[in-house]
Amino acid sequence: MSDLDDLRRTLPMVGAEPSILDDTSIAHVVAHGHHILSGRTVPGLHVEMEETPDAIVGKLIVEAGVQIAQPIHMCFGLAHPTEVQQINIDVQICEGAQARMLSHCLFPLARAAEHRMQAVMEIGSGASLTYTEGHYHGPHGGMQVLPHATIKIGKGARYFSDFSLLSGSVGNLDIDYLVEVEEEGIAELSAKIFAHKTDHITLKEAVMLRGERSRSLIKTRVVLEDQAQADIVGITEAYAKGARGHVDCMEIVQDRAHASAIPIVRVFHPEAKVTHEAAIGTVDKKELETLMARGLTPERAVEIIVSGILR
Amino acid sequence: MILPLLDIRDLTFRVRDQKILDRLNLSIYPREIHALLGANGSGKTTLAYLLMGCEGYVPVAGTVTLEGADLLSLKMHERAKLGLTLAWQEPARFEGITVREYLTLGRSEAHPEPMLVQVGLDPARYLNRRVDKALSGGERHRIELASVLSMKPTLAILDEPAAGIDMLSINHIIDIIHALRAAGGSVLLITHQEEVALIADRASQLCAGRIIFSGSPREAVDHFRGRTCVRCDGEVCNYVRP
Repeated sequence: MSDLDDLRRTLPMVGAEPSILDDTSIAHVVAHGHHILSGRTVPGLHVEMEETPDAIVGKLIVEAGVQIAQPIHMCFGLAHPTEVQQINIDVQICEGAQARMLSHCLFPLARAAEHRMQAVMEIGSGASLTYTEGHYHGPHGGMQVLPHATIKIGKGARYFSDFSLLSGSVGNLDIDYLVEVEEEGIAELSAKIFAHKTDHITLKEAVMLRGERSRSLIKTRVVLEDQAQADIVGITEAYAKGARGHVDCMEIVQDRAHASAIPIVRVFHPEAKVTHEAAIGTVDKKELETLMARGLTPERAVEIIVSGILR
Repeated sequence: MILPLLDIRDLTFRVRDQKILDRLNLSIYPREIHALLGANGSGKTTLAYLLMGCEGYVPVAGTVTLEGADLLSLKMHERAKLGLTLAWQEPARFEGITVREYLTLGRSEAHPEPMLVQVGLDPARYLNRRVDKALSGGERHRIELASVLSMKPTLAILDEPAAGIDMLSINHIIDIIHALRAAGGSVLLITHQEEVALIADRASQLCAGRIIFSGSPREAVDHFRGRTCVRCDGEVCNYVRP
């Protein structure tokens, strides 16, 4: 079976149908290690991807004013236990354009593999990008996963991101996002992570509200079990009149796992405002007892509460 | 002779040295709506938590039976399986869980739409909403009652079910209480609202952890309002002296 077949077979694990790769109306890139296995573009979208010995290097540009109807699927993965994948990608959503990107990161057999992503995203004035990144890892853990990105959001532009890692054991996950938001721009960053075994999660998301009336939300939901560990840092800095930001972090800790959450808020303008809330601990007792009073066992009640938090 | 559905005998509960419930006796009969009145801090909610088996609510003495079964030896979910449930005074909020899911917990065959209609909420607007902070207090209360109704409980303990409900909607709450009885259940109704208490078949007053009066709802409401408490002489329960 080819590497492409292996990755196709794993797509349902992140909620995607393998048939998207056959649909001529849907743009996609599939890369295994440093090899591009499949690709397709659609009108208004330019994709330039290049294989090098050390990385896949590419650009993805959505032309000004173009609305890409179907999500653009980026499928990256490793089908073998020990490999390295480095992706360097620039994404430009030009003025007034709209696109949705679904990034599927598939590592079903990884044991001592490494996946690095270095991305620069520019969302032009009035443009919009919804970026969803779903990870699937097998049960072995032991990977190094390092998605790092710088995102620049132009005047009146919108950026929504949703990172999820909900099944399997990752190993070491180190997310580092820096987001700059110009006047009336909007940034919403959401991350949902379920960590197991000896997984170590480091999540740092920093939003700089540079422009007037710019807005942001960082929302993080992490559930830890076994001996997993998470260190979450959500930073929001507001520099301009009317800027508004909020950091919302919740971590559920079970078994011998442990977690930290550090919301950092800084305001450099008297008419800006940033708020934060963070909660770490076990499952909320009242929620648990409410479900048990409806006849659910404690174990089932915890499952339902956790699945809701990670939804 | 009709045997009580719920039979509480000499129930005593302490927090450190303080008696919160003190040799409390109370019986609730099948298909009975029983209102429980009492001043703030008299032990009403403690009794509700203790009956349901909430964490930390373990009596030091007394017995409780539900249809003859020893309730106190059971875990919370086992009590629920017997047909006992509780609607909290301030219901919990659940991130990510929809109203539809909440009303069908563990009962895939359940049909949540009629339950929502019964509490005065439009299923088309509410079924896919989440049971989270975006709901108002009144909406959350109604959904809680719909959830209790969907369980078809043998005994529902409703702790201040009309709290936060607007005046025009109180009738929905009263309808739900009647519906619980129509479905064959009984209701222990903890309330401060006279118009809600008066729908009960019987009512009891709690003061300093003990039932001091049982009778008709009208008598109980009048007693609560207008007489000196024979137990504490007004020191604990703030009854107005005549």
